[in-house]
Amino acid sequence: MKGRRFLKRREFIHLMGGFGAALAFPNVLLQGCKKALYKAGKQTPVIWLQGQSCSGCSVSLLNSIDPDIASVITAHISLNFHQTISFATGDTAINIIRQAVENKRDDYILVVEGSIPSKSDLYCTLGEIDGHHKGIREWVEELGSRARAVVAVGTCATYGGIPAAELRATGGNPTGAQSVAEILPQKTVINVPGCPPHPDWMVGTLVQVVLKRRPRLDEYGRPLLYFKDTVHDNCERLQYYKQEVFAEKWGDEGCLYKLGCLGIDTNCDIPKRKWLGGVNSCTGSGSGCIGCTEPAFPDTGKRGLYEHKKG
Amino acid sequence: MKKVLIDPITRIEGHLSVELEVEGGKVAAAHVRGDMFRGFEMILRGRNPADAIQITQRICGVCPISHGIVSTRAVDSALGITTNSNGRLLRNLALCANYLQSHILHFYHLAAPDYVDITAVLKYSGNDEKINYVKQWVQSELEAKKGRKDAITAAAPFLPRYEGKEFYIQDLDLNIAAITHYLKALEIRMKTHKMVAMFGGRVPHAISFVPGGLAQVPSTEQVKEYRALISEIEDFVKNAYIPDVLAVANAYSDYFSYGKFTDFLTYGEFDEQDGSFLFPQGIYAGETGESFDASLIAEHVKHSRYKSSTGLHPSKGATDPQPEKEGAYSWMKSPRYGGKPLEVGPLARMVVGYTSGNPVIKNEIDSLLQSTGLGVDALFSSLGRHASRALECKILCTKAYQWLDEIQIGAMARSTYEIPQESEGMGLGEAPRGALGHWIAIKNGTIDNYQCVVPTTWNGAPRDDNGIAGPMEQSLIGTPVADPDNPIEPARIVRSFDPCIACAVHVIGNSK
Ligand code: SF4
Ligand code: SF4
Repeated sequence: MKGRRFLKRREFIHLMGGFGAALAFPNVLLQGCKKALYKAGKQTPVIWLQGQSCSGCSVSLLNSIDPDIASVITAHISLNFHQTISFATGDTAINIIRQAVENKRDDYILVVEGSIPSKSDLYCTLGEIDGHHKGIREWVEELGSRARAVVAVGTCATYGGIPAAELRATGGNPTGAQSVAEILPQKTVINVPGCPPHPDWMVGTLVQVVLKRRPRLDEYGRPLLYFKDTVHDNCERLQYYKQEVFAEKWGDEGCLYKLGCLGIDTNCDIPKRKWLGGVNSCTGSGSGCIGCTEPAFPDTGKRGLYEHKKG
Repeated sequence: MKKVLIDPITRIEGHLSVELEVEGGKVAAAHVRGDMFRGFEMILRGRNPADAIQITQRICGVCPISHGIVSTRAVDSALGITTNSNGRLLRNLALCANYLQSHILHFYHLAAPDYVDITAVLKYSGNDEKINYVKQWVQSELEAKKGRKDAITAAAPFLPRYEGKEFYIQDLDLNIAAITHYLKALEIRMKTHKMVAMFGGRVPHAISFVPGGLAQVPSTEQVKEYRALISEIEDFVKNAYIPDVLAVANAYSDYFSYGKFTDFLTYGEFDEQDGSFLFPQGIYAGETGESFDASLIAEHVKHSRYKSSTGLHPSKGATDPQPEKEGAYSWMKSPRYGGKPLEVGPLARMVVGYTSGNPVIKNEIDSLLQSTGLGVDALFSSLGRHASRALECKILCTKAYQWLDEIQIGAMARSTYEIPQESEGMGLGEAPRGALGHWIAIKNGTIDNYQCVVPTTWNGAPRDDNGIAGPMEQSLIGTPVADPDNPIEPARIVRSFDPCIACAVHVIGNSK
């Protein structure tokens, strides 16, 4: 049996043609400004904090292909603090951000991954200072207020994500999990959602911020460069949708709408950008889009992720 | 008596800290604290059972594949279905690739920085392009940040670090080789994730897992590409990973006696066609092997930040967070098996496999012991954990070809299902970090209760109701601490468990 193809190769290339330049980003952006970026990268510390996260955004960042992650760390940004990557441990690690606060530094970019609990700081602490378990909320407030720019990565940090999901029985969320924008209302937070976000979205946005360019954002604070179109607009299965060929069960050919695909209501460029340098995509793999870049995730329409919206 | 606090333990997944009492230069007591809580299981209640497979993957971004598969097993068992042959093979291959990514990430990027001297690049005089690039970068960083407010982070994230006499490898060539492999491993790890995404749709958080199997239908191109990648990874495992673990073992042989723990549990993983496991299920405690009985699991919460009752079986798990609870110091619970704390993870899998006479595992361990001249006892240690991970990678690389051969190209990788009004299910499996169990109860077609007992809860558990310390806490006792301001020795031991805190503290199953 042959492998499955949703579009003939020629149709596919035709569909992709118009996107070439946008897809090559961030490397397209890097051409011609390598020196400037190298210089700016050295001058621009990045402090990366994790709140109520699963570290999936960081793991996704490590999957950066072009530029590869080693170049990102050594040439494009200066990653001063990152809990999963930094060689520093314990006080040696905490001193990095403690000094940033005490020295009233204002030269860094703050990146936050994960939501921030608001009911009790004990729901997420980082470091103990003079016997006080310091809540991640305090760090985000202190470091965020002076940061040159604040970038929230992943749907937990941008909109609350799963930790802020509604309790179906009683409403609210268990820990009062909030987005970074809610914690820092006075700042324009640049939101790079996704559960997880694609590495290009994170690296591309960081590079722009390092170069002091102001990415154009949509109404939810997302860079338009990546979140302008809907999943449906560029879906590999759009032809099926137009021909009204719908998959009834997982793995069937056809558009996944009837299985609960949220591509029509979701802005994200994965069907053309694809994961891991092109090996697969959410819709291409037959699974449909679960709307992970949207503020409503995972409560879209109060339905299950995999249940077609009725009526 | 001196109190030493390591907060945070970095280079692990999530928020973990350790409080030590040091007496006569050695650890006399240890408290391991999980410092983050989200409330997943509360959030799952009232949702579509199929959604649990997606949502529980978000418990951990390092091993989402394990949660996805174990959740699918729990849901499948509640739905009364099993996956088909393709589903079994694609799950195995996705999980195999994620074991490789997790173990390689752990050794090179999380653990090795405790042993390898990154500043050795400054002394490098050879002509490897990549190493010279790193050398220039470190030099220019130190230069550029001299006297600046952020001077302490010149060459971050590689500096600063704990500093002490002979903390790091002294041999220049060994350091350079390790730094070269650190960089190479970044690329190799990314490739293992390509393999996951091929069948998982994306990664982390595979989107293609559904009840009964996977939505992805395997193609010829995918099988071909997976095969090409696995051979590249196999090459790296054999020629870099295993030799590098042996080199660290050689330079730090003390760690074959530090970080000891001797009682183990594994649920078994990688389904074979005949119903057996590639890594067999079992308990090894008190020098004997036992078979596993899921009814003997209970979770204690006396020292955990929950106000609900203690000693419950996970299928009846009930938990209510209480951040300020008196006497509690961790968001982790204390899972016990027949009242005992047990270690889970790669070492547990290798020990259970070895002592039960599994030929593949026995063969690998025997040749490791032969080449190092050590006895089996030495395995129950920090270095034993690192070695177990490397051996698992080798076994998996060899095995993957066979699974690829068995795939039916173009055929569905799932069985069909209906969601019942009322049912219960259990899913067991092995994450890279160890035994993982999910329990589900369905009522009115939606989730009524959901419980996960995850690997790091077993390993990183606080004291139980009887005051007995968890495996990680016990393993720290007796560890020398040369400099309380730079406590690298206990940090190395904690990291040898590869703790994953986002997993460990997700807990809450409010079944009232
Ligand atoms: S699968 Fe989803 S995104 Fe693709 S065409 Fe169908 S509805 Fe649109
Ligand atoms: S296609 Fe949908 S599920 Fe996939 S990354 Fe985009 S928004 Fe998320």
